[in-house]
Amino acid sequence: MAEPPLASALRPVEGLGRFVLHIVNSAGRFGTFLGQALAAMVTPPFKLWPLLGRINYIGFRSLLIILLTGAFTGMVLGLQIFFTLSRFGSEAFLGPAVALSLIRELGPVLAALMVTGRAGSALTAELGIMRITEQIDALTVMALSPMRYLVAPSLIAGLITFPMMTALFDVVGIFGGYLVGVELLGLSEGTYFGEMQTFVDMGDIMTGFWKSVCFGVIVTWVCTYKGFHVSRGAEGVAAATTQAVVLSSVLILVWDYFLGTVLP
Amino acid sequence: MIKVVGLRKSFNGQPVLRGVDLEVPDGSITVIIGRSGGGKSVFLKHLIGLMRPDSGRIEVGGVDFGRLRGRALDEVRKRYGVVFQGGALFDSMSCRENVAFPLREKTRLSSTDIAKQVDTALERVGLAGIGDKYPEEVSGGMRKRVAIARALVTEPEIVFFDEPTTGLDPVLVNTIHRLIQDLHRTSRFTAVMVSHEIPEVFDLADRVGMLHEGRIVEIGPPAAVQGSSDPIVQQFIRGEPGADQ
Repeated sequence: MAEPPLASALRPVEGLGRFVLHIVNSAGRFGTFLGQALAAMVTPPFKLWPLLGRINYIGFRSLLIILLTGAFTGMVLGLQIFFTLSRFGSEAFLGPAVALSLIRELGPVLAALMVTGRAGSALTAELGIMRITEQIDALTVMALSPMRYLVAPSLIAGLITFPMMTALFDVVGIFGGYLVGVELLGLSEGTYFGEMQTFVDMGDIMTGFWKSVCFGVIVTWVCTYKGFHVSRGAEGVAAATTQAVVLSSVLILVWDYFLGTVLP
Repeated sequence: MIKVVGLRKSFNGQPVLRGVDLEVPDGSITVIIGRSGGGKSVFLKHLIGLMRPDSGRIEVGGVDFGRLRGRALDEVRKRYGVVFQGGALFDSMSCRENVAFPLREKTRLSSTDIAKQVDTALERVGLAGIGDKYPEEVSGGMRKRVAIARALVTEPEIVFFDEPTTGLDPVLVNTIHRLIQDLHRTSRFTAVMVSHEIPEVFDLADRVGMLHEGRIVEIGPPAAVQGSSDPIVQQFIRGEPGADQ
């Protein structure tokens, strides 16, 4: 039987409605998951060893990549900003320019992206494999909360390690800029650090700090959520891992913009 | 006693359980048989509280288990032991740590007492001495036995087995069945098992129920089910392909 013309005309609207419902539904499930994880975080008894394990997994094992990317980011910034400033005869401002770029923006964002790639993806894959091999179900039927055992320690570890990783990234980056600006291009050491102290204040440092705290929550939240809700076997784990990294990265950049407009 | 009344469950409008009725007497071994895709695992997930029914009741000791939430649900689950199809052992822990895990997390026993109970549990399943190996380092049959040891170490009143012998050779199937029988004889737990193993389950079970197209079509002692006049039951027991194959 032929389809009424009105029905075919309304099909795009139906599709749009289905898409919106899917988004609202997903956002609701994401929100509920975070609420349950936050409740698990503040519900005793508190387990120290799983938390230390997660700090090691997310933070300590990401040290090398943070040191490497931090150093090279600082070096690239030092090089590019030096040549830009030299056109205006303002090379003296290299130190504050590198420091402000790193502390306010690049440190929190790049450190978060690096930790997402290294630890976030592994977190999703680990939880995903636990899901498809029924290890999460096993915890549930033992009357033990998977939220408290698996998700809450990751969230707390994210809150602790992301600011520390960011601070490390900033410091290494500033010394990377120093290496290029002072050791290679001949700027004086006093100018590089002296101007930095004049222009960088506590507000800049707190901006970077709050960003890193938010990114710590976003990355561990998205990655644990995606791992926790894996289905369809190995293919599902692969898909969830990709989605977790992509979604975390996008949210980091979007949230960075919003925080940039809100924070002083 | 576990009593299931009119249990229904659908996924995306597709009914999987169409009104399951079942009674599991205390201290018995009840085995649910049925074809793959017939809803056995979904049914078991309802019994252990991993899924919620669309309608119907699951009573455990007179309590409507299917409607419980939070702590009340966990209180009933504390009486449970579950052996999953693949074992569901924590792969980041050794076999010994896996068996110790429920004791460490759910009791206030000292580490010495936990170690003693774990040794006893591993001995009971014939695995004394392999405790320090990781699940990936032992055979499939051993993994199943570690899973059984973990499920029984807290001495639960009710133990659920989800196809505990899937993927094992016939000798190991009989070994696991004998092990379950021996453990049941000494511990007297109530057991509900989902299995495909025909005819082996008839030697193990006190009662056998056949789940077909979302309903229990036959239930009773093994001899009665084996002698059932229902053509669906006979067809399944004999392993004959049906009209839809």
